[in-house]
Amino acid sequence: MPPRIDVHNLDAYYGDFRAVEGVTISVEPGEVTALIGPSGCGKSTFLRTINRMHEVTPGGRVQGSVRLDGQDLYGRDIDPTAVRRTVGMVFQRPNPFPTMSIYDNVIAGDKIAGIKRRKAVFDDIVESSLRAANLWQEVAHRLHKTGASLSGGQQQRLCIARAIAVQPAVLLMDEPCSALDPISTLAVESLITQLKSDYTIVIVTHNMQQAARVSDRTAFFTVADQGMPGRLVEYGPTAEIFTAATHQATRDYVGGRFG
Amino acid sequence: MTTAISIPRTERPTLNAKRLPRSAPGIAGLTAVAAALTARGILHWTGYFTAGFTAALLYVLLLGVWSVAVEGRRRATDRIVGIVVGACLIAASIPLVMILGYIAVKGAPALSPTFLTHSMNGITGAQAGGGVYHALIGTLEQVGIAAAVALPIGILTAIYLVEFGRGAFARGVAFFVDVMNGVPSIVAGLFVFTFLLLGLGLRPFGAAGSVALVVLMLPIVIRSAEEMIRLVPHELREASDALGVPRWRTIVKVVLPTALSGLVTGSLLAISRVAGETAPLILLVGYSARINSDPLSGDQASLPVMIWDQLGKRSGDAGAFGETRAWGAALVLILLVLAVNLAARLLARLTGPRSW
Repeated sequence: MPPRIDVHNLDAYYGDFRAVEGVTISVEPGEVTALIGPSGCGKSTFLRTINRMHEVTPGGRVQGSVRLDGQDLYGRDIDPTAVRRTVGMVFQRPNPFPTMSIYDNVIAGDKIAGIKRRKAVFDDIVESSLRAANLWQEVAHRLHKTGASLSGGQQQRLCIARAIAVQPAVLLMDEPCSALDPISTLAVESLITQLKSDYTIVIVTHNMQQAARVSDRTAFFTVADQGMPGRLVEYGPTAEIFTAATHQATRDYVGGRFG
Repeated sequence: MTTAISIPRTERPTLNAKRLPRSAPGIAGLTAVAAALTARGILHWTGYFTAGFTAALLYVLLLGVWSVAVEGRRRATDRIVGIVVGACLIAASIPLVMILGYIAVKGAPALSPTFLTHSMNGITGAQAGGGVYHALIGTLEQVGIAAAVALPIGILTAIYLVEFGRGAFARGVAFFVDVMNGVPSIVAGLFVFTFLLLGLGLRPFGAAGSVALVVLMLPIVIRSAEEMIRLVPHELREASDALGVPRWRTIVKVVLPTALSGLVTGSLLAISRVAGETAPLILLVGYSARINSDPLSGDQASLPVMIWDQLGKRSGDAGAFGETRAWGAALVLILLVLAVNLAARLLARLTGPRSW
């Protein structure tokens, strides 16, 4: 059973600038939760607080709590690198490691971290991760070529395979399809639907049709003005957010009547 | 009701343009040379420098005017700028080709198996024979030790500056690296001479030269490695971070391999730069005509200092055969740098996955 994520009263800062303010949200296990909202509303920043990637940015810091099945990820005795192995991430632009083969890219999480396994085990991880990412058939015959030789959509699926190869419990996706063409987008979306029984998935997207297609719940973020912190406006089942939102701002945004 | 916006129409520009014939540069060139030669005859110029210069000017002038008349200003400018750029390229490569060619021609007669395997022990300038073996060993050891020390320190410093360096300390380090870059080699030699040889009361020895070479190599290595490591996309570090990999492993397994070819190039540049260094070695290592393979004690030869020695600058007399041996040593030095270069590039290319 994948874990649930409870965020309580979370603020995220870049230096003195508060980018996200007062987010309280419960992400249900085994569901796809979409974060939508205009540019600069803090949804990507919020996403990165869930696996402690926000603090990698110079000046980045967080207040509040993020609980993974009850355990606070910002507790004093928590190792951020262990958090990131449990909460995987896929980025906006496909970023396979250019110096590594497709095979090595998939097991990069173990390989870079210096975790040694028998070759048969690695072979197994590579095949099952690539199959899970719907990429196996396309690359099985060229596993030892560089990942940079793949198309953009294939590279993104390779990055998803790389993220799930370390067997995380949660997958965070930061606009995973924004650099892809419609066919690759379809491939990634159907992959998300298949993966959700095994992972709690949080996806940031600018594409509202995509949010409607893949997510079970949707959270709408917005920002009042430049230089103001982003806030969570409304969170609920996707169908409700898209048809019967409580807030006028949400209705305007999902209805396309928003700046 | 809307009013139509009207932009005054001019005549539609024609799409075809007149071009000079393909033979135009040839015709202009021949005319320019003929005119210059005629002028040389009439004005009694001696030599061909003035005539050549006049021919070049005439060529640009002729082709330019002809092109303006037929093709218009844009194409004429294109032709003239093209000629100027080409001329600059040739001018820049003349010294390079001449130096390499001259050394190859002058040095080749000296090269022989004996030359590569014998020292200068007991051979005076008036005698034939002898070789570079002692100097080759000295250069390999002195530069090898310097590289073994300077490359790790330099690359680690660059990693610090890019990945961890924040605030005043990092800015200070970067500043002093830049200052070090401008230190003349003899000053670096003097510094090591004062502290190492005078300070500890030691006689010149090979590794003392290496210390000076390290001082000269460090800024080159740090600067180039820093640029290369900075070029590694931030996304790759993020991807590695997000896989739950400790930072130092990300640097060793992702950042450095991605920057590898640049790091190799920078390191080679630094090695080539100091392999020909002479002044600090004269001061710190001295010269020995005998084979001394111990870099930790006694005077040791090196290729640059051997060149200086064979030209008679040390003893005051080059003798009949010294100059040839000096050219031979210069050729060996250049071939050595070339060999190190090729080997390292091959190594860098053989690592990493194939794209084909």
